[in-house]
Amino acid sequence: MTLLTAFARAEAAAAGRAQRIRTVRHVHLSRRPLVVIPLQLAGEACAPLAVMLGDDPDKPRTLTVYEPRDRARRFEFAADLAEVILGHLDGYLPPDDPDVHAGTPTQGAPAQGAPAQGAPTQGAPTPGAPIQGAPALEPLPDAPQLLVPNPNAAAFLRLLGRSTRLRRTDGEHAVRPTVPLLGRWLTHYGERAEVPGSALLLAMTTALAEHWATGQSDLEDANLAALLGWVDPPDGLTGQQAARLAEDPVRCPPAGPVTDPTFDNEVLEGRMAAIRDATEAGDGPALARAQAAMDAALHSQLAPTWDLMWRAHALLAELPEAAHAQRRWKDDRRSFTAQAAWLREGGAPQPRRDSAVAAAKRLARLEREQQRLAVERAHDDSLVMAEYRLTGEAFAGTVVDADLTRLDTDGKKPKLRPWLIVQTTDAVIVEPDAVLANPAFPGQAAKVIEVADASREPGRTLVTLELSGGMGRALTAPPGSTPARGDAVTYTTLRDDFQPAPQFPSREETPWTHGGPPPEYVPTDDDAQEAWS
Amino acid sequence: MTARQPGAGLQTGLDRLRGRALPKNHDARTISALAANPGCARRALMDAAGVDKQRVAAHVGFAAQFGQSRFAIVRGNAFEAQVKENGAAQLLILLRDLLDLDVSEVGYADFNDVGGNSSAELRHLHTRHVLTAPDQPGRTLLDHPLLRLRVGGRHAYLEPDLIALRLDGTFHVIEVKSFAVIDGQADPGKVAAAAIQSAVYVRALRDLVTEAGGDPAAVSHKTILVAPRDFSSQPTAASLDVRRQLGVLDRQLSRIASIETLLARYPGTLTFDLDPDAQGRPRRPAAELAAAIGQVAASYAPECLATCELCFLCRDEAGGTTGALGKPVREDLGGIEYIAQARSLARGQVPAPEQAEIAAQLLRAAQLRAQVLGEAV
Amino acid sequence: MSIAEAAERARHATMSILADLATTEQGVVVDSPPGAGKSTLVVGAATELAKNGERVMIVGQTNEQVDDLIDRLATGSPGTAIGRLSAAAYTPSERVAGHQNVAARSSVADLAEHPVVVATAAKWATVREAERPWPWAIVDEAYQMRSDALLRVARLFDKALFVGDPGQLDPFSTVETERWLGLNWDPMSSAVAVLLTNNGHIPVHTLPVSWRLPASAATVVSEAFYPFTGFAAATEAGDRAMTWNTRPFGKTSFDLALETAATTGWALLELGHRHTLPTDAEAIAACAGLAARLLQRGAVTISERSPDPLPVTADRIAIGVTRTVQTAAVKRALRELGVTNVVADTANRLQGREFDVTIMLHPLSGRRDATAFHLEAGRLCVLASRHRHACIVVARAGIPELLDAHPSAEPVHLGVPVKFPDGWEAHQAFMAHLARHRVCAA
Repeated sequence: MTLLTAFARAEAAAAGRAQRIRTVRHVHLSRRPLVVIPLQLAGEACAPLAVMLGDDPDKPRTLTVYEPRDRARRFEFAADLAEVILGHLDGYLPPDDPDVHAGTPTQGAPAQGAPAQGAPTQGAPTPGAPIQGAPALEPLPDAPQLLVPNPNAAAFLRLLGRSTRLRRTDGEHAVRPTVPLLGRWLTHYGERAEVPGSALLLAMTTALAEHWATGQSDLEDANLAALLGWVDPPDGLTGQQAARLAEDPVRCPPAGPVTDPTFDNEVLEGRMAAIRDATEAGDGPALARAQAAMDAALHSQLAPTWDLMWRAHALLAELPEAAHAQRRWKDDRRSFTAQAAWLREGGAPQPRRDSAVAAAKRLARLEREQQRLAVERAHDDSLVMAEYRLTGEAFAGTVVDADLTRLDTDGKKPKLRPWLIVQTTDAVIVEPDAVLANPAFPGQAAKVIEVADASREPGRTLVTLELSGGMGRALTAPPGSTPARGDAVTYTTLRDDFQPAPQFPSREETPWTHGGPPPEYVPTDDDAQEAWS
Repeated sequence: MTARQPGAGLQTGLDRLRGRALPKNHDARTISALAANPGCARRALMDAAGVDKQRVAAHVGFAAQFGQSRFAIVRGNAFEAQVKENGAAQLLILLRDLLDLDVSEVGYADFNDVGGNSSAELRHLHTRHVLTAPDQPGRTLLDHPLLRLRVGGRHAYLEPDLIALRLDGTFHVIEVKSFAVIDGQADPGKVAAAAIQSAVYVRALRDLVTEAGGDPAAVSHKTILVAPRDFSSQPTAASLDVRRQLGVLDRQLSRIASIETLLARYPGTLTFDLDPDAQGRPRRPAAELAAAIGQVAASYAPECLATCELCFLCRDEAGGTTGALGKPVREDLGGIEYIAQARSLARGQVPAPEQAEIAAQLLRAAQLRAQVLGEAV
Repeated sequence: MSIAEAAERARHATMSILADLATTEQGVVVDSPPGAGKSTLVVGAATELAKNGERVMIVGQTNEQVDDLIDRLATGSPGTAIGRLSAAAYTPSERVAGHQNVAARSSVADLAEHPVVVATAAKWATVREAERPWPWAIVDEAYQMRSDALLRVARLFDKALFVGDPGQLDPFSTVETERWLGLNWDPMSSAVAVLLTNNGHIPVHTLPVSWRLPASAATVVSEAFYPFTGFAAATEAGDRAMTWNTRPFGKTSFDLALETAATTGWALLELGHRHTLPTDAEAIAACAGLAARLLQRGAVTISERSPDPLPVTADRIAIGVTRTVQTAAVKRALRELGVTNVVADTANRLQGREFDVTIMLHPLSGRRDATAFHLEAGRLCVLASRHRHACIVVARAGIPELLDAHPSAEPVHLGVPVKFPDGWEAHQAFMAHLARHRVCAA
């Protein structure tokens, strides 16, 4: 939260509609995403109740679990869901790889996992991450994008992935091969969603709230219907009126995965009881009627959210895309491609918990991505840069003086170190020796030499900067490689410091400080047997 | 640590505030929720008096939705029953691993078998007697003991779904919950709620032991959480250290005990009575009730939407304040109470001296937004 | 306790540590409360090891800390060849360059003949496996080191001495790290936490005495921030004093605060109750103004360090804040008052440093609500334990009320040991203590 965003919320409250806080869309948006709206049965870890999904706003497909507490039904559901989702994923894989998804992890490879502490962890590199030593994979031209209503729905898909990816396709508790495959893809998408800047799995409330400030609190923004009520109020209603209506679960069923308790108690329980009774009685026609009734009930809870999802998609699509959104989407595509390759090679499923080395590597990767995202967002979007200008970590101004031929003669060889003096009315809190960056000149560093108040003009500050890099190796700068006198410039502390990826020991080299190398994992029946009840 | 006991005058005062309705019974869940917003006078008074906030809110037109799905309730009960069946066989196996316990010698005592229809006081006395009698077997699982806790001058009898383990003179509270522990991790909000509820039981057990002349330290601050493991209905057990939660609870109980000072600020005629008729329908004019509520200041924040039945009423009252936009937003707008005020300052209104900084920032924020949005079409 | 007794206690603890070092298979952890002689221990241990012909690598967390260590090592052990391993772009700071027995290189191969090599953890992580492992490492500020940083350097050594202050700030990250909570190797835990979880047999020693904190502060800091181990001041109330070269003209609140601080070791300059931005101009001005006035009045200190009174120079005064925007505002305020050389920085960057007098802008001053960040005990501990003579806290009224109204909705994670002290409790205790030294701003 920043003052600029806080102010935007105040403006939104008064205006009766949400205010833009971004000038561009920082996430890639697929033209045909797969919208997935899961509903779960209350009271259990991961008991799917129904899901509405599809990539065509006019053709939603609903899968219902008529007896959500029945284990066998859950696996049937998972298989049905796998068909739809894997079918969608299939469309993005090259035609000469028909078995990448349809092929199962080869029967011989055991379903692996990493049980609790002190017990074995999986022996393979992190799926989806570049495999050390292997040639870098060319990312596929496009990748499937999954859209869910909110972060809880994303977490639910992740849990669903966890509950299915370790299942065996043979033996006593065999499931259909598509089930663990679905699990691994859902897990992959769920893990990828944690990476800053990733758009492979998007929660729409998060995506909308990143670009608009409503006149309510961020807690209330977690309700997709209320959030859209502010971003796109219906005619004649203010944002607040629309949001209040949206909070009524009868008018606007919750986007899930948690269902409205009153719906559960007054409608769902009855429908499920009717199905149970008809099944027990062996009454075919009654069963069909009872199932249709449950379908209708769940449809009433899902359909409004379906419409909201596509509305949200359309609203986001209207925004121009940020310059670096494609760089990040390319990484998403790379991750999708790598996971497909991993599955093709019969790689093991993701372990339950990270080993010491895997955890450290992942943390390093997340921090790196966070840094890149922060820099790219500010460079792509003047409203984001404005937040830094307000605190003084960035300033925009004019170059009032420039010595583009200045040389630094300390040291053995003279180096080209031009000086600029920038005049700005922004607050400046940077100190001498700080190194700044100019988005228009990537790769060029600007060291602060001096910050002084402009003597004849109150409210204006003069910043003297020493430039290095991005000017070639000669002792004169090619024209256009640096700002010139009279140019409007922006300088910010946000810099990509281009650190090389840190080195980590291998799994086998996990040091004694962290418990030593984890023992090799030997699969047991417990993992496959793990009840889902 | 025992809270200061309020006098009889307080009890009459709170009864008057509540009106003719019976006080809402506290259980571990509601007691643990008392600390959700310590700065709110409205909530503090209502909770101390045992007012049914849901009915009050509904009568003034701001009914809140705090229902619970029966599926969750059924599942919770089924899981608990499963854990406790066969003399808590499953539980004992878990405890063997968690506490390194030789369970072959652990007995099981169910306090529900008091015999006949006893009052809460009698059941509590029986519990105390059995729990602290010197000739009891060293290792026993104790099911359905009835504990009590002083909350604002009344005894709250804690609903007996608790098990305690007496292990060689030390008591361990065991809390059975039905949210899952997956790969060793569970929803931190739910674990926090379980921890503070366990702390309520620890406090009640300690009070009981003290009343019987024993050492309250005999009740361990390490409690045990039993919950389903991964996606199955098999239980797993985890240890919880509730020292922090005990501190929070004690502070909150102490605040409630000193509610007299707060109550004294209001006229003796103030009441939230609904004046129900024979069928239980409120007769008190809604506007009058609303005015009464309005006399006691609330401390609304959006977090109330998840924890208090009055939330919609207080939110409505807070319309136009920066607080309604959320605590972080209010903090960022450093010291400005009202949205209208923030907007005026951003448009160049001359600020009061103490608002000079935030006014300058707001002015700048407005300028930057206008500049950027003016440039971008 | 007299200084002689304190020295004896410290010596005893150090002997015990060194004895364990001599026999250990893997390592020793030393908890060092503020000013307890951590650097002395590191220098002593390094010298001892080098004398016995053992090669030792020293791991610091920042370049600044590395240079401090080298300065002390080189001074304490002029006969030992010390290597400073650093990035190619690094230019040695003055205090490092001044020592004859210190060589700064960017490759470890060039330091093969140096028995003691010092570098940051980040630099050590880039050293290749090819060289033979060091038999010994000393890891400084091990509680501020993240365990993933330890993971990257542990392969370089066989045995290690880990030293750090458990009461100071925990490692942090800007990304979501909940997925690792409860793991024995949580990369976000401190290096010591992970080390001890996986190697429970490693002994943990505590340095028992603070040489820095005056008697007026040691008990307060020890009880609030070190609830289980605790420590005592090396000096007694009479061993130190702070007086002035000049008398004040009137009784401004600044002067009253300074005098309270000089007499009791603490002062709370309380400004009017208001909710403000972090860059609260009045509070920032008060911090800078107090520093200026302190210098203007010519503070002098008497202590066990010198028989003569020593002036408090600007570089021995620090203003501690919470956020970098506040640092910038304080620096500007100091400049406007014409004051130079007074240190102004956030708690993060003041960790491990020492001053004669500190002025603190209370983390909760002017706030409506407390957040986990602002309540963190380690932050307050750092700000309250940098001084040898006095600590002056600048805060707006209303903090006890804020603490009272704070809802306790803290999440609880399974498998994560509860951390003490609780930030809320520490803040509460500290405010209760400060209330006894309150001076109201006019």
